[in-house]
Amino acid sequence: MDADALRRRVADLLAAHDPATTDRLDFLRARFDAGLAWIHFPEGLGGLGAPRALQQVVDQALEAAGAPDNAPRRIGIGLGMAAPTLLRHGTDAQRRRFLRPLWTGEEVWCQLFSEPGAGSDLAALATRATRDGDGDGKGAGWIVDGQKVWTSQAHLARWGILLARTDPDLPKHRGITYFVCDMTDPGVDVRPLRQITGEAEFNEVFLTGVRIPDTHRLGEVGEGWQVARTTLMNERVAIGGARVPRESGMIRLVADTWRRRPELRTHDLHQRLLRLWVDAEAARLTAERLGRRLALGHPGPEGSGMKLAFARLNQEISGLEVELLAEDGLGYDDWTLTRPELVDFTGRDAGYRYLRAKGNSIEGGTSEVLLNIIAERVLGLPPEPRTDKDAAWKDLPR
Amino acid sequence: MTTPAPPDLLYSETEDDLRAAVRSLLTDHGGPTAALAEAERARPHDPGLWRSLATGMGTAGLLVPERLGGQGATAREAAVVLEELGRSVAAVPYLTSAVLAVRTLLGCDTARPEVAGPLAALADGGRVGALAVPLPTAPGGAPPVTVRGGAGLSGEITSVAGAAGADVLLVPADSGLYAVDTTAPGVAVTPVTPLDLTRPLARVTLTGATAILLAEPARARDAVADALLTGAGLLASEQLGLAEWCLAETVRYTGGRHQFGRPVGSFQAVKHRLAALWLDVVSARATARNAADALATGSPDTAVAVAVAQAHCGEVAVRAAQECVQLHGGIGMTWEHPAHLYLKRAKSDQIALGTPGRHREALARLVNLPGPVG
Ligand SMILES: Cc1cc2nc3c(=O)[nH]c(=O)nc-3n(C[C@H](O)[C@H](O)[C@H](O)COP(=O)(O)OP(=O)(O)OC[C@H]3O[C@@H](n4cnc5c(N)ncnc54)[C@H](O)[C@@H]3O)c2cc1C
Repeated sequence: MDADALRRRVADLLAAHDPATTDRLDFLRARFDAGLAWIHFPEGLGGLGAPRALQQVVDQALEAAGAPDNAPRRIGIGLGMAAPTLLRHGTDAQRRRFLRPLWTGEEVWCQLFSEPGAGSDLAALATRATRDGDGDGKGAGWIVDGQKVWTSQAHLARWGILLARTDPDLPKHRGITYFVCDMTDPGVDVRPLRQITGEAEFNEVFLTGVRIPDTHRLGEVGEGWQVARTTLMNERVAIGGARVPRESGMIRLVADTWRRRPELRTHDLHQRLLRLWVDAEAARLTAERLGRRLALGHPGPEGSGMKLAFARLNQEISGLEVELLAEDGLGYDDWTLTRPELVDFTGRDAGYRYLRAKGNSIEGGTSEVLLNIIAERVLGLPPEPRTDKDAAWKDLPR
Repeated sequence: MTTPAPPDLLYSETEDDLRAAVRSLLTDHGGPTAALAEAERARPHDPGLWRSLATGMGTAGLLVPERLGGQGATAREAAVVLEELGRSVAAVPYLTSAVLAVRTLLGCDTARPEVAGPLAALADGGRVGALAVPLPTAPGGAPPVTVRGGAGLSGEITSVAGAAGADVLLVPADSGLYAVDTTAPGVAVTPVTPLDLTRPLARVTLTGATAILLAEPARARDAVADALLTGAGLLASEQLGLAEWCLAETVRYTGGRHQFGRPVGSFQAVKHRLAALWLDVVSARATARNAADALATGSPDTAVAVAVAQAHCGEVAVRAAQECVQLHGGIGMTWEHPAHLYLKRAKSDQIALGTPGRHREALARLVNLPGPVG
């Protein structure tokens, strides 16, 4: 499948479904069925088994034709994490059921991993899944009880990827199973958790007697940790593949303000701005390198560093921006409790960016944990001594 | 702000092969241990190693078109050679002769025998050249001209890298650019004891020295400016190679060194520093490749790419070398361990061809981020 063949497919799609007259969702469904959603996915699942690098050919052609996009429901958890996990570990029936509405944005996903007592040490999680029914009859399934926390977009989600403990007698990594949780089940209680920014983008989720059919299990019983690793790896690499123009994202906002408002300039801010501009450009070029390597099928270890780099950059740039704005930096746009669909760094003011960026070094693995991962898996430095690896989960101090 | 055509930031197969060949030559030659021994000899560079690298492998002529006696390669390949030279801190005049002097000559009228002759001699490594400007000179800001023409050249230029050991000096003077034979009467090349033991520095004093005019003033200025830009862009690759060695060596050492009953590298305080350094090196690679690719393709983005690479890589290399010394503990402070050679090279590379601060100032102009007035 080369670029020309893809352009022909796009032309066929547009001919059959004129974006000017076709309903948005109908168009997105047709695009999925034509294999033009994520072209590197297999045929029949929204893709064509084509090289990932060519996706931009499709995106550009469709954008030029004014076709609708799956934004704003392009929520990272579904596209970036649930989808690759379903693709790799799901059954055929699961992939056929879940992938299309996930991609079109009709069904939003959330990630029910973290718990009050299990964040960085995710494998310590305590949410229990016990067998329900005889195990081989029709209604065989699971009953889940526990509490999840910091669950982004749970209030919008139709499905959640869920980790639960199925065997407390095994060491913590071995007794976990991975499920797809129906967020409309009566046992699921989603409560907003207000954040540092004032809004509630994440939630607490209480799970009480939630029934999950065995057909919604992903991977084998007790092998949830292996499945979760696919999710987590994709979570951290999700960034990076995209080509972004120079001076995009946060640095653009500060640079624009700098150019527009000469009265705010000081020598100290100038020095710091130039340093951050260089750092942002270095990070952009590193992501460009990673994107190229991914496209050629050599993922390269740069991926684990990108999240770290962007977290640092976002925090430093947004901090500088508030300072640059001086008097204006003292104000804040809106403290009312809102339930945003997306994290929108550009749509709000500098104070919001400054506060929200603090989460970048915590969500999806803290910077400290990522540094450990780079040191051990990329550089091969010796691991920390561990006392919890082989003990049964139920015997661990909590 | 528009982004130019996406650069190619990966290494080609040819470049990988070239790297393997250069690395194996440098390893056979003894790597940093040999560089240390070489630094103690009172000679400007290692002639045997230079011959194998420059003439034997043909790397001296990478930037020179084949019709002018070179290999007809590009800045991308020269960058790979410099990465390996940085990794081994080898004392060879690659940057000063094969990059700076060669690029200066390429900026002159190569149809003239006065230019083509020395160019071919530098390209095959038979002769060594140096551009007679102070090493800290940044591209964009031409050095003050301290040499006057007339009946022979007269004047003094300080901190010229690679002048000691050079056969020919390319001297910018008020009346143009000249070639001066270092053995000619009226030429004194006085070595200065350098901070960086692996890159000799000298003061060049000319008193009515016989010289051959290579280019008139305007063309001379452009030729020197282009050479400085190319040199600065490629220096980033040397800095990258240097930083990579420091990181790899420190990871190796701390992984094996035991204190408090554990490998030192298993302590998080050490691990996190090395992981952060790894990220620095990864991003330095992206910026250095970007500069090399821009130079190779003559991209309109070259000035920005070079300024970014220099502002970034200079600091990464110094940090890497400092971490290397620190995390080696006492051994890192000894003369026997090669870490100091890397620190000395890194620190003087940071000043060479423009400090990071100068490159950031250049960027402020290039990307329209002007400073406050007054
Ligand atoms: C905005 C946001 C959105 C989120 N969305 C979701 C979501 O949708 N779904 C979900 O499941 N989770 C989500 N999370 C949770 C997130 O994954 C966790 O917060 C994160 O993994 C850290 O866990 P913790 O908060 O328990 O911190 P802890 O693990 O308790 O860490 C506390 C501090 O100790 C440090 N620390 C911990 N272990 C180590 C170690 N081994 N070495 C060195 N330092 C260590 C940490 O770096 C941190 O600084 C979200 C978090 C945020 C901030």
